[in-house]
Formats: sequence, C-alpha cells, structure tokens
Amino acid sequence: MDIVFLTFILVLSVFLGFELISKVPATLHTPLMSGANAISGITLAGAFLAAGATDNTMASWLGGAAVACATVNVIGGYLVTDRMLGMFKSKRGNQS
Amino acid sequence: MSIELVANLSYIVSAALFIFGLKMLGSPATARRGNALSSLGMLLAVIAGLVSSKTVGFEVIGIGILVGAIIGTLAARLVAMTSMPEMVALFNGSGGAASLLVGWGTLYLGSESIGTFTAATIVLAILIGGLTFTGSLIAYGKLSERISSAALVFPLQRVVNSLLLVAIVVCAVLFSLDPSATSVYLYALLGLALLLGIMAVIPIGGADMPVVISLLNSYSGIAACAAGFAVNNNILIVAGALVGASGIILTNIMCKAMNRSLANVLFSGFGATKTAKAVEGEVKPVSVEDAYYILEAASNVCFVPGYGMAVAQAQHVVKELGKILEANGCEVSYAIHPVAGRMPGHMNVLLAEADVPYEQLVEMDDINPRIDNVDVAIVIGANDVVNPSAREDADSPIYGMPIINVDQARTVFVLKRSMASGFSGVDNPLFFGENTRMLFGDAKESISGVIGEFG
Repeated sequence: MDIVFLTFILVLSVFLGFELISKVPATLHTPLMSGANAISGITLAGAFLAAGATDNTMASWLGGAAVACATVNVIGGYLVTDRMLGMFKSKRGNQS
Repeated sequence: MSIELVANLSYIVSAALFIFGLKMLGSPATARRGNALSSLGMLLAVIAGLVSSKTVGFEVIGIGILVGAIIGTLAARLVAMTSMPEMVALFNGSGGAASLLVGWGTLYLGSESIGTFTAATIVLAILIGGLTFTGSLIAYGKLSERISSAALVFPLQRVVNSLLLVAIVVCAVLFSLDPSATSVYLYALLGLALLLGIMAVIPIGGADMPVVISLLNSYSGIAACAAGFAVNNNILIVAGALVGASGIILTNIMCKAMNRSLANVLFSGFGATKTAKAVEGEVKPVSVEDAYYILEAASNVCFVPGYGMAVAQAQHVVKELGKILEANGCEVSYAIHPVAGRMPGHMNVLLAEADVPYEQLVEMDDINPRIDNVDVAIVIGANDVVNPSAREDADSPIYGMPIINVDQARTVFVLKRSMASGFSGVDNPLFFGENTRMLFGDAKESISGVIGEFG
C-alpha cells in the first residue's frame, strides 16, 4: 500500500511540476534552473537517517558525506539564485 | 501527537512553499520572494527531517552541515556571473552525489532484510545519482574549458555504451534479487553508474550544453525521488518530482529551439551527415566611425547576444551603448534566442547583471514579427542562432532550427573576431548579405570604440 501511495504522490507532483514550470518565462530560466536545483538538495532530509546511525560506522560516514553534499547543493543553490534574481531590475522603480 | 505526524504535517507545508515559490518564479517582479519562500520550505523540511529521524549522533550531521554550508556559501558568493553555467553544473553534481550516498547508506540501516522493491529504488538512487554526479563534473569541465568542449567521439562508442547499459541492468537485477551491503554487484553498480555519467556527457559538444545542463538538472530531481522511495519519505518524492519535471521541460524547450530531438543531441556528433552549400560572396567590413554614423541615425536598435558576448565579457559596454542610444531617442531591445549561451537564460542573467531592465529583454518569437522595423540589429558573438540557412537551405545541418531573422532588419552589424564559422561549422550567409556590415575585432573593444564616437 505504501508503494501505491508514494507513486500516487509522485504522479501528481510530476503533473504539478509541468504546469508550474511551463509558465516560467525564458528570461528566468537560469534562476529557475538553479532554484530547482536547490530544491533537489531535499535529499538532505533523507540523509539524516543514515548520518545519525551511530551504531554503524559505514552508514554514518556515507550519511555524513551525503549531508555535506546536499548542504552544498541547498545553500549554494538558494544563495546563487537569490544573487541572480537580485540583479533583475525593472525600468520603473529601483527597488532591489 | 507523534513526532512522525508533526514531521509529515511540516512536509505538507514545505511542499506548499516549494510550489508557491516555483509559481512566483513566473515573473521577474515576484521571483526573488518566490526563491525566499522556497528556501523557507527547505528549512522547514530539513528541520522536520532531522527531528523525526530518531537521530542519536548529531556530530556527523553537524560537521556535514558546517562543511557543506561553508563550501556552498563561498561558491555562491564568489562565482562570476559569466561562470554561472559551471556553477550550476557543480551544484547539480553535488545533489546527485548526495542521492547516491543516501541510497548506499540506507543499505546499512536496520537489521531486517531489505525488500526487492526497496532494493530497486536504492539501485535507482545510486544509478541516477552517480550518473548525475560524474555527468555534471564532465559538464563542468567542458563549460570551464578545463577539458576540451568539443564532442569526443571514438570508434565503437555506441557498442561500448550499449555494453555498459547491459552490464548495469544485469548488476541491478542481480543485486535487487539478493540485496545486501556487501554484495559485489553493489560495488559494480557504483562503478558503472559513475562511468555511465562520463560516457554520457563526453560525446556532447559545447553548444549543446544547455540541453545537457537541463537534463542533468532533471536527473538530480529524479535521483532525489528515487532516494525518497528508498527511505520512504514523501517530501523527497514531491520535491524531486517538481525538479525532475522542470528539468524535462527546459530540456524540451532547448531541443525545440535547436530543432533536434533529444536522442540526436545525446547520441550523435553534430552535422556528420549533410553538407551545406558553401557560401560565396563579398564581405563588407565597416569601420567603428561608420558604425557610429549609422547608429546615430537609427531609431530602433536590437542587440542579439550570443555566447561570444559572455566570452568577451562585453555585457557592460553593450548596456552602456544601449543607454546612449536610448538617450539619443532610439528604441533599444535585446533579442535572446533560447539556446544562446551555455545554459537556458544565460544571456538574460548577464544582461541583468549589467542592469538592463528586464522589459527590454525580448524572446525570439516576440522580435521576429517586428524585425523589419528594426533599423540596426547588432549581432554580438552569436552565429548559428542568426544563420539564415536554417530557414532557406534544406541541405544545411541546422535547417529547420528557429532563428532570429536579423537578416530581415534594415541593417545588420555583426561583431566578430574573424570569419571562422560557428560551433556547428556551418557557413553563415548572413555575413555576405546585402545589408550586413562586419565589424571585425574584439566585441568589447569595438563597442567601446562606438561609445567613444558618441562621447
């Protein structure tokens, strides 16, 4: 049942993703990509599971490395996206 | 209320925040807030994940987060805007590596045996994660010119790749039937996945990178999805699916903009089959001074930037010239082809960095219908995306690719170092056009020269 339920979520999310992304204008494709990229660092939430297991050294090594990699992805991705989006300015008003 | 329930409720909230965040990326005015919202969702999901993971040892996690945060912050702060494609490739790769490690690490958890379905999802997380990791590293190497950006093709490439795929399928099946952390097939899969990433990206040339980056972006999402199935976590699945879908859409847009199928981009070296007509004619060079006179009299100017503008770092002088022209009573726009540059939207970011207001950045489909009202189209470091043979010469390898029809503008300036052809190696009849004037030399210097004439 779990599998069916998770697959259900997967399918709906894919459709939602298609709907959302096809509305993004070409101007914003680079920030979209790096922003989406940051979201893919969500693996971080799963990495804790392995990293916290002190009873198994191998698992905690792998988990620790996973945490580090995913954090690079998340923090770097969001910061760089924010930096890029900060540069997109309108002609009217110079609010940053 | 159990902690699990709270965590799952938090996941719902973060999923909603991701969705709103992506939705707000639909307009430049709200995009920045959207990104902030999405990062808030991430924070929430991460905290929920941490609290509910029944973690006993926080040392490893703390060190991991600290190291990752330092590297990520430094990288994001220090990277130059022109190097953005490389940076995105690296971040992508690290996301892929994380999924691989999560999948692998899951094998060591719990004493009860692992079911075949879970094993299969672990295999997927390892495969896609590994492929994303090494693929992104190769893409990084090509984009930063650390390795040759040309397509690397060798004899029997397809045979080798097919064997690689067969080996992966065999190992995956054997592993899933008898999953254990010590299985030899696991190590074989790890190695093969990493090798696959390398093999998949080396035959793809520099100008096809927008497709590759988009595709790898999609893979990193799918890998997160697979990891989500492996550890039974639905926020990984939702977020991964959103990213996967976004990457696929971008990939599709890029392929359409080149009039090529994804398979064609991924598996074939470029333009091997057809030979285009050789173009002959007279090239009409123009001096900086004459260029000034023409621009001074123009009332509608359209810049068409390409990767060459990024290489020459010319975006700031381009914007300066645009500003001067505007002050001169001229209408200025910047027409951007979807595959100009090395990643989707690359040119837009560079011009935004130079303070070009986003209203002036127009898409190919917006400029083409009114291109004949343009007095001067200035092509800077673009070639294939303005090549009229894509429209006229059915034998050309790029025939059918949508282009910006600059040849239909009243006058075209082409800023170019020399007469070398573009990435595709196709001659460009635009250079010999009746209304085309070539401004030879470094793009940045040429434009600075024109600005000097105005000054």
